[in-house]
Amino acid sequence: MDFDDTREEAAFRAEARRWLGAHAETKSGAFETWQSRYPDRDGYDGFERAKAFQHKKADAGFAALHWPAESGGRALPPIYQVIYAQEESKYLVPRGYFEIGLGMCIPTLFTYGTDAQKRRYAPAALCGDEVWCQLFSEPGAGSDLAGLRTRAQREGDEWVINGQKIWTSGAHWADWAILVARSDPKTAKHKGLTFFFLSMKSPGIETRRIKQISGASHFNEVYFTDVRIPDGQRLGAVGAGWGVAITTLMNERLASGELRGPDFEEIFGLACSVSLEDGPAIANAAVRERLADLYVKTQGVRLTRFRTMTALSRGETPGPENSIGKLVNAPKAQEIASFAMDLLDMGGVIMDKDTAPLRAAFQESLLTSPGGRIAAGTDEILRNIIAERVLGLPQDMRVDRDLPFDQLPTGAR
Amino acid sequence: MPYDPRAVNFDFSPDQRSLREQARKFLAEHASSARVRRILEGAAPYDAELWRGMAEMGWMGTAIPETHGGAGFGYLELCVLAEELGRSLAPTPFSSTIYLAAEALLLAGSPAQKKRWLPRIAQGEAIGCFALAEGPQVATPGNITTRANGGRVSGTKIPVMDGDVADFAVVVAGEGNRARAGLFLVNLTDPGVTRTSVTTVDPTRSHARLVFDGAAAEPLGAPGAGWPLVERLLDRAAVLVAFEQLGGAQAALDMARQYALGRFAFGRQIASFQAIKHKLADMYVAVELARSNAYYGAWALSKDAAELPVAAATARVAASEAYYHSAKENIQVHGGMGFTWEFDCHLHYRRAKLTALMLGSARRWKDLLVTRLQSGAA
Repeated sequence: MDFDDTREEAAFRAEARRWLGAHAETKSGAFETWQSRYPDRDGYDGFERAKAFQHKKADAGFAALHWPAESGGRALPPIYQVIYAQEESKYLVPRGYFEIGLGMCIPTLFTYGTDAQKRRYAPAALCGDEVWCQLFSEPGAGSDLAGLRTRAQREGDEWVINGQKIWTSGAHWADWAILVARSDPKTAKHKGLTFFFLSMKSPGIETRRIKQISGASHFNEVYFTDVRIPDGQRLGAVGAGWGVAITTLMNERLASGELRGPDFEEIFGLACSVSLEDGPAIANAAVRERLADLYVKTQGVRLTRFRTMTALSRGETPGPENSIGKLVNAPKAQEIASFAMDLLDMGGVIMDKDTAPLRAAFQESLLTSPGGRIAAGTDEILRNIIAERVLGLPQDMRVDRDLPFDQLPTGAR
Repeated sequence: MPYDPRAVNFDFSPDQRSLREQARKFLAEHASSARVRRILEGAAPYDAELWRGMAEMGWMGTAIPETHGGAGFGYLELCVLAEELGRSLAPTPFSSTIYLAAEALLLAGSPAQKKRWLPRIAQGEAIGCFALAEGPQVATPGNITTRANGGRVSGTKIPVMDGDVADFAVVVAGEGNRARAGLFLVNLTDPGVTRTSVTTVDPTRSHARLVFDGAAAEPLGAPGAGWPLVERLLDRAAVLVAFEQLGGAQAALDMARQYALGRFAFGRQIASFQAIKHKLADMYVAVELARSNAYYGAWALSKDAAELPVAAATARVAASEAYYHSAKENIQVHGGMGFTWEFDCHLHYRRAKLTALMLGSARRWKDLLVTRLQSGAA
């Protein structure tokens, strides 16, 4: 048991540090993001700058370390990606633009696409020239993704798409998308789905921003009216779309999990600096007990990640036990935000950045943290995943498995 | 954060894992539920046959240096054994003797004291205990009434785990007239010692009331080492006990899982109900977070790292809560059967509460943890 890199890992870390030191921008504060320095308004400046950085990163060989060499990667074990991410997190780098394409869409293409498609799309995605999004969730299909209703009907060598997707990150700037749609409503729900990729510039696509409770808009609704996709852009067999979607989602779990808002350090710092009715907050027994609970959880998740890294370092694939991180961190983020505001008492409601501590990071987090408990697997779905895939418990008894999709009860819609 | 580790090897080694397999196999046979129940229901204070077997395996000497008759492996190996002992509920005086008495000697013993006790401990020929509590209230340097004066100790300690079977005790007593505590070594065959058995919530581990009436006592550690020495000792024991708790928590989770898979209600396995699945998922999360925190404690203990005080308190809180949670919910998953004497659920429930209190409650360790984080941040 030790905390040291192997010789090869240490050499790689040094190389990453050198490159980042020369090419990445430094952060001015813990919570500064690419989007806060370069807002995506007035001509998408942040996006264009992000593409420029991604191009340099790809040229230096850091953009897809575990991809095969012929696609622009270095064919390194996953631990190198973790090492690079650790070093990169110390800098201000673009986030939220390329992860979906590189982490989910292109890997799906690697598994199901033709060689020509891989050659055509992977390099362009890698260097940031083409950005991808993922058209999965629908208003009536979230946790129960297989309940999706967007129709794909075959006409000769083409498919015609009609319907609506929602919660699509980056649809408003994406060039390409992966899509799962219902090709046969007469068969059982998991068997009537087919998977495609398509150009987001296709006629008949309309994208609308969703305003979140925080006031920001990271997601979109995407509407399809007679959108045509060549059959050559189908991934996997007709009716086999569910299996393809699962491949994509397995990649998603590897990609997500970091807590970005105020964490233990920030709430501890706040407790050390504010006063309550009976003196410093840090001297209050109830406050101390909650701080200890938060520290124990925070350390537990951090150290669990080190165990995952150990598995990666040995060349093992981390399994669904990785779900622990998000299941603990997402509710914890919400708890920290709310607890911090309680410590500020009546003044806790102030969102004015010049008055609220940490430029209102806790208040912002109160409004963004509910999303963390829902996106990429709700708390409840993650518990099901742990129960079924880690502990090997049976699936819930279901009424929707063997009925034709168009005969399933839907409730008032 | 007090550290920036870049763990790529945050796990036990292949040798340590094979030690675990060996220990698990041995304990499955020699510390089976039937054997644990012999102690629960019988008059014997501990399983002497199991204790001899453990001695033959060389377990008592795991972290005792070879110069003192031990095997000189190390604390990671001792943590591995602790986890298995906790899993099996082994009814022996291992924790008192090894995590507390031997650790006190290793931390603060004079060469003569080490020479007298450590080789016998390593051979399984001497049992030690740690006497701190003085009845149903928290023990602090300020309220301990046991006094040591001129090489004699007087006062009453209760409960003392394994105090009824131990050969010697490490006693926390006030020195002189001031409220300054220190550690003292007392040979329990001294005529100034009276001991009686005490019933506790966990009869698989024996406890005693020790009354000292001018018993001969040697100071352990430099004069004035006092309470900080007690805290250092408790930190080291906290990591080791965390592994026992972790083993117990995992065992309770495994039992609950097994039962939920086999029990049918409403025409289906109860493990297919989300109410049960989510309960088990929460137990799993608690156990895994406790495991990660315990591993970090093991690392800090094995390196005697500066992070040990924070790591030990974190491991202690996480493991105490995970074990109690797991043991309590295991009974719930078993329903009425879990409430019977016949099922083993109560053995973990008892042991979980015992281990959660034996080095001081989680409430106290949380306060200590925040104090340590404050001094780290200052």
